[in-house]
Amino acid sequence: MNGRAIVSIYKFEMARTLRTIWQSIVSPVISTSLYFVVFGAAIGSRITEIEGVAYGAFIVPGLIMLMLLTQSTMNASFGIYFPRFTGTIYELLSAPVSSFEIACGYVGAAATKSVILGLIILATSWLFVPLHIEHPLWMLGFLVLTAITFSLFGFIIGIWADGFEQLQIIPLLILTPLTFLGGTFYSTHVLPPFWQKVALFNPVVYLVSGFRWSFFEISDVSPAVSLAMTVAFLVLCLVVIWWIFRTGYRLKK
Amino acid sequence: MRPIMPSIISIKNLSKTYASGFTALKTINLDIERGEIFALLGPNGAGKTTLIGIICGILNASTGTVTVGGHDIINDYRAARALIGLVPQELTTDAFESVWDTVSFSRGLFGKPKNPAHIEKILKDLSLWDKKDNKIRTLSGGMKRRVLIAKALSHEPKVLFLDEPTAGVDVELRKDMWQVVRDLRASGVTIILTTHYIEEAEDMADRIGVISKGEIILVERKAELMSKLGKKQLVLHLQKPLEQIPPDIFGLANLTLADGGKELTFTYDTQGERTGVTRLLADLNRLDIRLRDLETRQSSLEEIFIGLVSDNERAATGAQS
Ligand SMILES: Nc1ncnc2c1ncn2[C@@H]1O[C@H](COP(=O)(O)OP(=O)(O)OP(=O)(O)O)[C@@H](O)[C@H]1O
Ligand SMILES: [Mg+2]
Repeated sequence: MNGRAIVSIYKFEMARTLRTIWQSIVSPVISTSLYFVVFGAAIGSRITEIEGVAYGAFIVPGLIMLMLLTQSTMNASFGIYFPRFTGTIYELLSAPVSSFEIACGYVGAAATKSVILGLIILATSWLFVPLHIEHPLWMLGFLVLTAITFSLFGFIIGIWADGFEQLQIIPLLILTPLTFLGGTFYSTHVLPPFWQKVALFNPVVYLVSGFRWSFFEISDVSPAVSLAMTVAFLVLCLVVIWWIFRTGYRLKK
Repeated sequence: MRPIMPSIISIKNLSKTYASGFTALKTINLDIERGEIFALLGPNGAGKTTLIGIICGILNASTGTVTVGGHDIINDYRAARALIGLVPQELTTDAFESVWDTVSFSRGLFGKPKNPAHIEKILKDLSLWDKKDNKIRTLSGGMKRRVLIAKALSHEPKVLFLDEPTAGVDVELRKDMWQVVRDLRASGVTIILTTHYIEEAEDMADRIGVISKGEIILVERKAELMSKLGKKQLVLHLQKPLEQIPPDIFGLANLTLADGGKELTFTYDTQGERTGVTRLLADLNRLDIRLRDLETRQSSLEEIFIGLVSDNERAATGAQS
C-alpha cells in the first residue's frame, strides 16, 4: 500500500480546491439561498408543513443532497479529467500506485470538499429556518457516505468523458432531474401510487429519504433500505473503477 | 573480454498494435544492461515513444513481456515502476502549481519520504533553483522540460528514460543537462534516451539501438558500431598538384581529387580484411607522388544512421512491391 501516494494526490487536489476557494463556496451558498427564497417563500406560503415538519425545514435535507450530488460528481470528474486532458496523467500511470490508491486520493479530496460544502449549506439554512436534527451522527454518516459515493461516480464520469461537454452532460441531464424527481422538495407520498412505484427506481429517492430521516425521523422508505442502496451504489462504483484500471479503459491506449 | 553485465531491462517478443489497427512495434527483443547509457535512435514515427510508453506502464502491450530489475511490469508493477523515472517527450506539466510543489508531488507519488535536500540538489543541478516558487505556466518551454526531468529524478530512480530530453533546451543548458546525466550514470543509474541530435548519442551513449518502422534493426556498442560500419577516409595532401588521378593506380574507384589537385582522398571500409592502404601507398611511391601530410577521417554516427535507415526503408518498399 502506497500511503504516501494517496496523501500526495489528496493534498494536490485540496490545494487545487483552495486556489478556487471562493467560487467553490460562494456559488453553492448563493444558489442555496435562492432556493430558500423561491421555494421557501413562494411555495412555503401555500404548503405550511409536510408530515408535521415545516416546509422550509423539510426541504433542507433535499437541498443539501442536491448540492452534494452535483458538487461531488463535478469535482471528482473534473479532478481526474483534467490530467487526462493536459497529459499529466502519464505520471499517475507510470507511478507505483494501484487504481484503488489513485481513486482514494481523488475521491477523498472531492468528498472532503463536498462534505465541507454540505455543512456550509446546512449552516446557511439555519439562517432561514429553525432546524432540529434528530440523529446528528446518522446525518453526518449519510452526508459522508453520499459524498464518497458520488465522488466515485464522478471519478468514473471523468475517466469516461471524452470532452468537456460530456463532463457537463451527466450532472446536468441526469443528476439534476433525478434529484428534482427524487423527493427533494416534496415527499414521494404525495405522488399517485403508480408514480410512487416509479420513484423507487430513482436512486436519489433513497439518498434523500435516508438523509431526511436523520433530521426529522420521517422518510419515504426505511432508513435501512436507504443505507443499503447507498452502499450498493458505492460498491458498484468501486467495481467499475477497479475494472477501468485493470483494463486501462480510456486511460491506456 | 568484456565482463558480462546482468541486464536491468529485458524485453521479450514485445509488439504493439494500436486500436486503429496500426502496428507500431513488430517483435521487439532487447536487453538493457545495468548502468549503461543506451541511445535509441530512429526517424519520426519509428516507435521509440511507444516502446518507452509500454515499459513505463502508460501503454498496454499487445504481446510479449518486459521485466525491469527482474520484476514483471504487469504482475509486479509496483516494484518495476518504483525503479523507473520517465521524462516524456511531450511537455505535459501542471500549470498552476509551483516548481517545488510539482517536484515534491512526484516524489510522494512514488512513495518516497520527504527529502527537501534532495529536491534542492536536483533543482540546483538543473538550474531551476531560482524558479522554485514560480508557477509552472510562467516558465519557458526549455524550463518546463527541465521541470519534467526534475520530477523524474525526484524519487531517485535506478532507470531513467529520457524521451528527447534536449528538444527546445538551449546549448548552454544542454551541456548542464548532460552533465547531470553523466553524474547519474556515475552513481549507477541506467539511462535510456532518444534524441534526434545524433552528436548527443555519439557523445553520451555506451550502446546504440536503431529502430525503424517498429523494428530494432541494430544494437551495437557505440565504438564497435562506428568502427564496424563506419567508412574511413584517408586524406593525402600532395606536394605537387595532380591534373588527374593516374589511371593505373590501385583503388581508382575509391579515389577523389580535390583542392585543385592537391588533395587525394581514399575511402575505405574498416570492416574489410584488407583496407588497401598499403597497396595505395606503394603505388604512390611507384608513381613518385610525394606526400606533404596525411590524415584519416571517420564517418559520424549520423552518416551511419542515415545509411542504415534508408537501407531498411528500401528493403521495406522492396518487399511490398
Ligand atoms: N494512439 C495512437 N494510435 C494510433 N497510432 C499511433 C498512436 N500513437 C502513436 N501511433 C503511431 O505509432 C507510430 C510510432 O509512434 P511513436 O510515437 O512511438 O514514434 P517515435 O519513434 O517516438 O517518433 P518521434 O521521433 O516522432 O517521437 C507512429 O506511426 C504513430 O503514428
Ligand atoms: Mg517519440
